[in-house]
Amino acid sequence: MKTVEDLKRLREQLQTDNRIRHAAGTQIIVGMGTCGIAAGAREVLAAILDEIAKHNIQDVNVTQTGCIGMCEQEVLVDVVKTGQPRISYGKVTPDFIPTLIAEHVVNGRIVEDRVIGKITK
Amino acid sequence: MHELSLHVLDLVENSTGAGAEQVTVTVEEDAGRDELRIRIEDNGRGMDAEMVARVTDPFVTTRTTRKVGLGLPLMDMTTRLCDGHLRISSAVGRGTTVDAVWRLSHLDRPPLGNMAATLKTILVMNPELHFRSRHTVGERSFLLDSEEIHLALGDLPLTQPAVLEWLDGYLKDNLSILYGGKQA
Repeated sequence: MKTVEDLKRLREQLQTDNRIRHAAGTQIIVGMGTCGIAAGAREVLAAILDEIAKHNIQDVNVTQTGCIGMCEQEVLVDVVKTGQPRISYGKVTPDFIPTLIAEHVVNGRIVEDRVIGKITK
Repeated sequence: MHELSLHVLDLVENSTGAGAEQVTVTVEEDAGRDELRIRIEDNGRGMDAEMVARVTDPFVTTRTTRKVGLGLPLMDMTTRLCDGHLRISSAVGRGTTVDAVWRLSHLDRPPLGNMAATLKTILVMNPELHFRSRHTVGERSFLLDSEEIHLALGDLPLTQPAVLEWLDGYLKDNLSILYGGKQA
C-alpha cells in the first residue's frame, strides 16, 4: 500500500543520491482535446509514462495541447528536442510508443514513416 | 467514449480550458440508491444561461463554445439512456458544476473504466491545477489532493521516473481498496 509518506521518503532519497536532473532535453506534447481522448490519448500518455519509468529517462517534459483541428489524425504526439524542429506524429497508438521513445527521444532518430508534420522555429 | 472515466478526463480538460485553477471530481457508486453519480466542479470562467442551455446540443456548438464540443452531448446521452440525467449549473466568473447520474445497475451503463489512468493523466498534464477527487464505493472512500502530492514532491517533477512508479502504485492501491482489494 503506497502512501504520500512514501513519496516524501522517495524525494529525500533522490535528493541525497543527487539523482535529479532538471534540464528538459525533450518535450513531448500529447493532444488532449475531446477528439484526442476519444481516439485513445489517455492510453498513449500512459504508454509514454511507462516507457519513461521503465528506461529511467530523466530529461523529458510531458505536456498537452487541446484540439488543433486535425481530429482525424488523433492521437497526435509532438516531439521537440532542444534545438531541433517540432515533429508531429499522427494516429499514434500505445504500441508505437516504445519505438518512438527509443528511436526519437533517446537516440534522436526521427521515425520518418510516421511523421505527419514538421515545424521549424 | 467507452468509459465514463474518459468523460471525467474530458470534462476536467474543459475546466482547465476555461481557466480553472481548482477542479474537484466526486464519484459515488451508491448501490443502496442504485445510482452512479459523478460531479465535476470548477472555478473557471463559467457560462451564461444561454450557453448552458446550448452546450448539450452538439449541433449548435460554435467557435466560441469549441471548448465544450462533443464531450458533454455524448455524456448527456448516456445518462438519459440509463434512467439518469445530466445537469449543468454555471455562472460567469464563478465556475461550472456538472452533475451526472446513471442507474448503477442499468445494462447499458458504460463502465467507469480505468479511473487510475484518468487521475494520473489529470495530475501529470496539469501540474499547476489544484485537483481534488473523492471516489466513494459504498462505505469506502479514496481522497486524492494534488496539493498534498506537490507538497511531498517539492520541486521534483511528477514525470521523474521513480515518482511515476510511486504514483502508479498509489493510485492503483487506493482504488483497489475501494473494491475490496480487486481493481475495478
